Amino acid sequence: MIYDSLIELLKWLSITGPAASAIAAFINSIFPVVFIIPFALFAVYLERKVSAHMQDRLGPMRVGWHGWLQSFADILKLIQKEDVVPAQADRWLFNIAPVLAFVGSYAAFAAIPFTSTYVGSGIDLGIIFIVAISSLVVASLLMAGWASNNKYSLLGAMRSAAQIISYEIPTVVVILTLLCVTGTLSLYQLSENQTGNIFNWMIFGGYSGGWQKFALIPFMLVGMVILFISTLAEVNRTPFDIPEAESELVAGYHTEYTGMKFAMFFLAEYANMFAVSAIVSALFFGGYQSPFGYVGKLLGISWLVPFEQLFWFTMKGMFFVFVQMWLRWTLPRLRVDQLMNMCWKYLIPISIANFLIVAFLMAL
Amino acid sequence: MDLYLILFYFFAIITLVSAFFVVTTRNVIYAAFNLMLTLFGVAGFYVLLGADFIAIVQLIVYVGGILILLIFGVMLTNKITDTDIKSGFLNRVPGLLIVGTFAGILIGTLLKSTWRIAAPLPPPVAGLVGIGNLLMTEYTLIFEILGAVLLIALIGAASIARKQSN
Repeated sequence: MIYDSLIELLKWLSITGPAASAIAAFINSIFPVVFIIPFALFAVYLERKVSAHMQDRLGPMRVGWHGWLQSFADILKLIQKEDVVPAQADRWLFNIAPVLAFVGSYAAFAAIPFTSTYVGSGIDLGIIFIVAISSLVVASLLMAGWASNNKYSLLGAMRSAAQIISYEIPTVVVILTLLCVTGTLSLYQLSENQTGNIFNWMIFGGYSGGWQKFALIPFMLVGMVILFISTLAEVNRTPFDIPEAESELVAGYHTEYTGMKFAMFFLAEYANMFAVSAIVSALFFGGYQSPFGYVGKLLGISWLVPFEQLFWFTMKGMFFVFVQMWLRWTLPRLRVDQLMNMCWKYLIPISIANFLIVAFLMAL
Repeated sequence: MDLYLILFYFFAIITLVSAFFVVTTRNVIYAAFNLMLTLFGVAGFYVLLGADFIAIVQLIVYVGGILILLIFGVMLTNKITDTDIKSGFLNRVPGLLIVGTFAGILIGTLLKSTWRIAAPLPPPVAGLVGIGNLLMTEYTLIFEILGAVLLIALIGAASIARKQSN
């Protein structure tokens, strides 16, 4: 664990006691941000390129080779923008909301294991913690929508809150299903257990062995699809993007935001996309584990293994982010009633039935 | 100073200050968002006591559920209809009396009771597993009854919200 090595390092620098643990905890909590910001810059670029190529366009081409510096140019532009606060807006809440949105999505990274040597917090209840802390994001959206004092913002915020709260239920039921099989809620423990090879991943019935492993495969597949759909809805991406539907609501809850505050919402959205992808991959696709063995273990270089794990973690996360983009530029948006029907009439009953079957199989 | 103590005072200040604003602010939305901070502070106390699961349930139920619904309700009515929801002061004298008595009793007990700080704590219930085992063995009846009550509440809510058919 990186935290322990940090404590050791500080002891070597003759810093001990509460100061050492405070400093180590602070440095430990900085790592995800070092990961998220480059990721967000890359993902914005990827989004524009993916959408462009799906629509037979070229996308950004002017800044750098094939436009790869476009995101940096965008950031420079956003920094220079005037910070506009509407006259009738509620200044306090208007300014707090973007920060709260990012805090909510960043806090989720505390429970996501990046490699076998790095996880922000060793909490046992990792995945449930993520579900709980995501309620901060809902609060921040409501705050932004209300403080903007704009009917489009308010409508967007209301839609988004209703959507996120509804889709939390199938997510939690799928998590319960997995709890039934694995007996752990810690994403770190779960990722550690899915080691070995690709057939130990939860999507292939997990690492338990026995005949249940094979019987579980179809139900794990159903669970994975439900989890992916409902987490997609929780990050407000198309086809579930009615909270910020461009053609109806301008931009939903962040209509009134400009410059860096808008960038904060954007960063929070991309951080959320990655967090959700990381959760899906940690629950069903082995997390940071390689689908086959490690080069580091083969050559006997143990320090190589965490880097390989980081590589696989990033690759799996990027793959699911790509799938999210792919869906966004292929599918039309759902109507509000279709959205609610989808959740309450299809996803929840199917996920509960799935849960009961899995529980029955595990009890046999 | 101990890190634990620093964190304790941090959460205590958050809880007390935000709770103060919840009752004194005249804007309902401000009260609701301050209540969120208060609930967060209390969740922090649970974490400091080693009750992670309770802290997380506190967040899910109170912040994620009840508070969001509350804000939702206020937002649906405030500013959209003409009536502004403002909180004010009513029944000052009886209110002061009741609050004063209650605060007196609480402070009195706080000061008079002997705190057994050195006494060995009971072994902590091991998080989720411990709570789950207790719910399924010792408190099964209560657990089942709570489930039934929740089901009744759900059915009741659905039947109230349902369109009346003639």
